[in-house]
Amino acid sequence: MQWTWFHKFASPKWFYQITGKILPFLAWLTFFLLVIGLVLGLGYAPADAKQGNSFRIIYIHVPSNFLALAGYFLMAIAGAIGLIWRIKLAFWVMKCAAPIGIVFTLVGLLTGSLWGKPTWGSFWVWDARGTSMLILLFLYVGVYSLGRSFHSANSGEKASAFLAIVGTVNIPIIYKSVDWWFTLHQRATIKFTSAPSMHPDMFYPLLIMIVGFYLLYAVVLMLAVRAEILVRERKTNWVRTLVLK
Amino acid sequence: MIFATKENLFISYLKRDLVVSFRGKSASLNPLIFFVMIVLLMPLSLGSYSLALQKVAPGIIWIMALLSVLLSAGSIFDEDYNDGSLEQMIITPNLLFLPLLGKMTAHWISKSLPIAITAPFLGLFLPMPENALIPLLVGLIIGTACFTLLGSIGAALTVPTKDKSFLLALIILPLYVPIIIFGSSVIYYMADGMNWRYPLAALSSIFCILVVLSPLAISGIFRSSMIE
Repeated sequence: MQWTWFHKFASPKWFYQITGKILPFLAWLTFFLLVIGLVLGLGYAPADAKQGNSFRIIYIHVPSNFLALAGYFLMAIAGAIGLIWRIKLAFWVMKCAAPIGIVFTLVGLLTGSLWGKPTWGSFWVWDARGTSMLILLFLYVGVYSLGRSFHSANSGEKASAFLAIVGTVNIPIIYKSVDWWFTLHQRATIKFTSAPSMHPDMFYPLLIMIVGFYLLYAVVLMLAVRAEILVRERKTNWVRTLVLK
Repeated sequence: MIFATKENLFISYLKRDLVVSFRGKSASLNPLIFFVMIVLLMPLSLGSYSLALQKVAPGIIWIMALLSVLLSAGSIFDEDYNDGSLEQMIITPNLLFLPLLGKMTAHWISKSLPIAITAPFLGLFLPMPENALIPLLVGLIIGTACFTLLGSIGAALTVPTKDKSFLLALIILPLYVPIIIFGSSVIYYMADGMNWRYPLAALSSIFCILVVLSPLAISGIFRSSMIE
């Protein structure tokens, strides 16, 4: 088996060039998907029988929570690839994924609490899912700040890659324990009324938004990694000619 | 023969670190004194109304034990890093698993175990019901071991950084969530008349996972940082 493709992918120059070609197309696709999803979701989807119009926040809330969790695994896997095959590009992907993940987790938490106010009567309820997302935010912040507290950027990246992997091992345990804690301290007044199946008119906009958010994540991550490549490879010839051109 | 050498590695590192910590008496007592002081300051801020204190006492003791162990475990590798003996340990051809486990065990015996043993006596001061003291003790013995094992991972990650105390708390506190949940549940289970061995079993299983994974993770961290 030829492994040249693998090493080609690990080259920052190749990554910079190929993403430069993909990005415009991807950015427009993301834009259209998000616009279509938002218009359908906010304007045309029927109002929920119990929650009225406040349910429409799921078109932001659910996709950003998806990406918050998926982004953590992407970050940890990128860190593991960097550690195992010593690929600097993978470390940069990991480094750039941390702040993006923080933003998506924050958006998920904020939209959740905005939805909680009319639905549950308070901005924050210590339920299992909300608490798990809060701890996910803390894990992200740890990886982010550990990577930026070393004098040499390389050792900071290695340390935060290890932390991301340790966090990944812990995520199922944390999630299960929080779940268990919630059932122990459950209040009777709060009920999770989720319909077993959504109406298709509600569901398709959500699906479009989820795909759109995945693409948005990819676009933002590519932009961040491209910027990181330019900074870290600033002494190479190809970056010099590119910038001075 | 090889097995015998490895066993000696664990014992020798355990002995060495215990001797080091018991010779420097005051430093190894500091976490314990911190724990006692901060728990006994709690009634001053919460009021001496005993029913309210009784309700929050287990949570207070668990959180304060967490902080004391976190503060002390954060510096577990510092002395060895500064005098170079950590580097010597890493460049030996041996697996790092047993030396690291020996160091962590010594740290737990000298700094964390006293906290767990003192906790029931502090529980009498707060006051906690007397039949809750045994679950508190057993839970804290296993819990402080888990805190030490996880805190050492954080210590290994932050060894070369300066002003690390807050950074260490930042990266390790989210990982402490399951331990604090199961640990304090041991007492709340008992208070509610349920079988407190269930959360204790969950806590012990976390300990079993950590005792295997933590030395592996730390040796990976040290080996990869040495390559540079």
